[in-house]
Amino acid sequence: MRFVDEYRDAQTARKLAAAIATEATQHFVIMEVCGGQTHSIVRYGLDELLPPNVEIVHGPGCPVCVTSLETIDRAHAIASQPGVIFCSFGDMLRVPGSHGDLSLLKSRGCDVRVVYSPLDALDIATKNPSRPVVLFAIGFETTAPPNAMAVWLARKRGIKNFSALVSHVLVPPAITSILGSPDNRVQALLGPGHVCTVVGTSEYEEIARRYSVPIVVTGFEPVDILDGMLRAVRQLARGTASVENAYGRAVNAGGNPASKRLMDEVFEVCDRKWRGIGAIPGSGYRLRGAFRAHDASQIFDVVGIEADEPAGCMSGQILRGLNKPVDCPAFGNECTPETPLGATMVSSEGACAAYHAYGRHLARRGARHLPVIGAPVVAGGGE
Amino acid sequence: MCLGIPGRLVEVFQEGDVRVGTVEFGGVSKRVCLEHVLDARPGDYVLVHVGFALSKIDEAEAGRVFALLEELGLADELAAGTS
Amino acid sequence: MTTPNVLGVCPAPIGRYERIVLGHGSGGRLGADLVKDVFIPAFQGPNPEPLEDQAILNVTGGARLAFTTDSFVVKPIFFPGGDIGCLSVYGTVNDLAMGGATPLWLSAAFVLEEGLAMEDLRRIVLSMRAAADRAGVKIVTGDTKVVDRGKGDQVFITTTGIGVVPSGVALSITAARPGDRVLVSGTLGDHGIAIMSVREGIGFDTVLESDCAPLDTLARDLLRAAPGTRCMRDPTRGGLASALHELAQGSRVGVALREAAIPLRPAVKGACELLGLDPLHVANEGKLVAVVPADQADDALAAMRAHPLGADAAVVGEVVEDPRAMVTIRSLVGGDRVVTMLAGEQLPRIC
Repeated sequence: MRFVDEYRDAQTARKLAAAIATEATQHFVIMEVCGGQTHSIVRYGLDELLPPNVEIVHGPGCPVCVTSLETIDRAHAIASQPGVIFCSFGDMLRVPGSHGDLSLLKSRGCDVRVVYSPLDALDIATKNPSRPVVLFAIGFETTAPPNAMAVWLARKRGIKNFSALVSHVLVPPAITSILGSPDNRVQALLGPGHVCTVVGTSEYEEIARRYSVPIVVTGFEPVDILDGMLRAVRQLARGTASVENAYGRAVNAGGNPASKRLMDEVFEVCDRKWRGIGAIPGSGYRLRGAFRAHDASQIFDVVGIEADEPAGCMSGQILRGLNKPVDCPAFGNECTPETPLGATMVSSEGACAAYHAYGRHLARRGARHLPVIGAPVVAGGGE
Repeated sequence: MCLGIPGRLVEVFQEGDVRVGTVEFGGVSKRVCLEHVLDARPGDYVLVHVGFALSKIDEAEAGRVFALLEELGLADELAAGTS
Repeated sequence: MTTPNVLGVCPAPIGRYERIVLGHGSGGRLGADLVKDVFIPAFQGPNPEPLEDQAILNVTGGARLAFTTDSFVVKPIFFPGGDIGCLSVYGTVNDLAMGGATPLWLSAAFVLEEGLAMEDLRRIVLSMRAAADRAGVKIVTGDTKVVDRGKGDQVFITTTGIGVVPSGVALSITAARPGDRVLVSGTLGDHGIAIMSVREGIGFDTVLESDCAPLDTLARDLLRAAPGTRCMRDPTRGGLASALHELAQGSRVGVALREAAIPLRPAVKGACELLGLDPLHVANEGKLVAVVPADQADDALAAMRAHPLGADAAVVGEVVEDPRAMVTIRSLVGGDRVVTMLAGEQLPRIC
């Protein structure tokens, strides 16, 4: 596959890793923001290729993990209403709410359907005009244009039975919250490649300036990630703190103007609660008033949303980097990928899930640990 | 977040009010919404996320990292005294 | 049916399940736990035997019979490259063949939903006959039940098979040893992706075909060329990962794979990339994985490649001592990671 395979070339990866080793003259802490980047690092074992003094930490770039418990419970309540067809991306099916997950609801007879695209949910609504069809519209800025398009088309075409439960989260406020925290250790960032494809890179200029942190917009394949890390290391060694685009094939500084226009027409910025982290002002999108008729949070009057995190779930501390998965007493005991307590164990890029598979393995080899936000990577030590 | 895969645009057509394309990903083809890459033409590569093209792949930019490494490699060879 | 049978679901959170969920049937950890926690204690008692794909039974007179059963609930019932009928024949034939047996006789029990088109049933049954002929087995007995509309999802088929194991053949999931090679007979993930490609919402424009096929002659050729073969499995639901996990647990060994060696059809690779699926977790219905002593691996590979169903056979890894009871893979760029067993059903992801 062109523009994919060449970025998985072993020789290129080794050359980049060697260059990083040569140029990383001190201990550097670099955060990769996007969950897709974490996934790639785990999948390809990239941290094994890096020198011990380059520490990768994993950021809160997992929209599945950070969707608030209230929103999940609201989604479950809507999906439980008779006649509703509840459409969701596969990622959300197993995320636990206060009382079970979407898959449990499905087993009880609720019409929960996995969709690949928001436009598939719109098709379902068109084919089932007498039933309410709800799209669980989560994600970062990357998924905002497709979700916005589905809502916009629903209004344009008069598909009255279609609505979206919107819970978008925005990257820059989350990064600001981490970099601005007094115990922050992150010195450089690998910026979220596909978010920047949509919105461009200008929002990150201000962040780089304010916190003196180099931000390298990076892709997702092994060569992309290593290239991004090399450039971050170079900036750190030079002492510069600028925004650099290492994903030029998919990102330009201005982003996608058509997407930005549509997002602006359909969504407005709002405060949003991040699961385990708390409320971050101006960190979410909600539907504008003009689209009220397609706003599931307004249409469905679901009362009694309790939102109690399971006792023992430490997802919040983990997402903020205050703890590692192994610090959690439930980790590997009550909480496993088959019986998750929190989202970080369910999501394919959740730190706990990745650590559960990978961390055990590495611990036995006495090798380096899976990078987790805020946690130092210990070379040659067990835990 | 953001599983986005590059694919080759094979065909462009209109489905009602939406511009749509057939995009090929190494042997499998899928219908993709092209509303935000209206200048994409058959033969172009586009980045696809949840059935939606987010951007055109800039082929010139794509080779950058490899060119850089070539330079690096050349520089190493010169430093080592070989040619 | 109010809920279309999409890609299935995974576990309910926290602790014991009060209900069966779709994930219990997907060939992953939930299903394995169900067998261990519910069925084995009832049927085998306190000292259960290791779970093979078939039971090998000693009959008075010295013959060894292989005996197996399987139920088929695939949706849609007609898919590119096959249907529920031929799948039900090949699935059971293959379970027998994986034990080294020559498959001989099948039974076929049908649960039909009221309203199923007679034409569909005829088509399925003819497909079963053709499959049985191809596999050299006879369907000798059967049963039919009909359930109310809405209670049966068109048709469920259960086939039970009997075969004879030649003397000297003793394959087992417990027999793998460090140093053995792990071979697959061809490209992975074809069946699971073919099924997904015709399901609502995940449609591709390209037609991807299932690899549905009988493995009996391939297995026979393999055993002839490599009589020291330890074990064979057909990696159906849960993919190669599930089969190798069972092997790693059963033999108390590790399995180390190489990503670069995994054979994939380009279309299957593309589909997996797009949906965020790991091909190691996707079902196969016409492939086998074999563990062979290192000194017989070349012969085993040659024998498979000479067979029409084994043209893309490859050595994909080896059995190691450590890490024990785990499956790991060396990635394309050189780092290692653990290959997890699916918890429940595979779901496409956007992250």
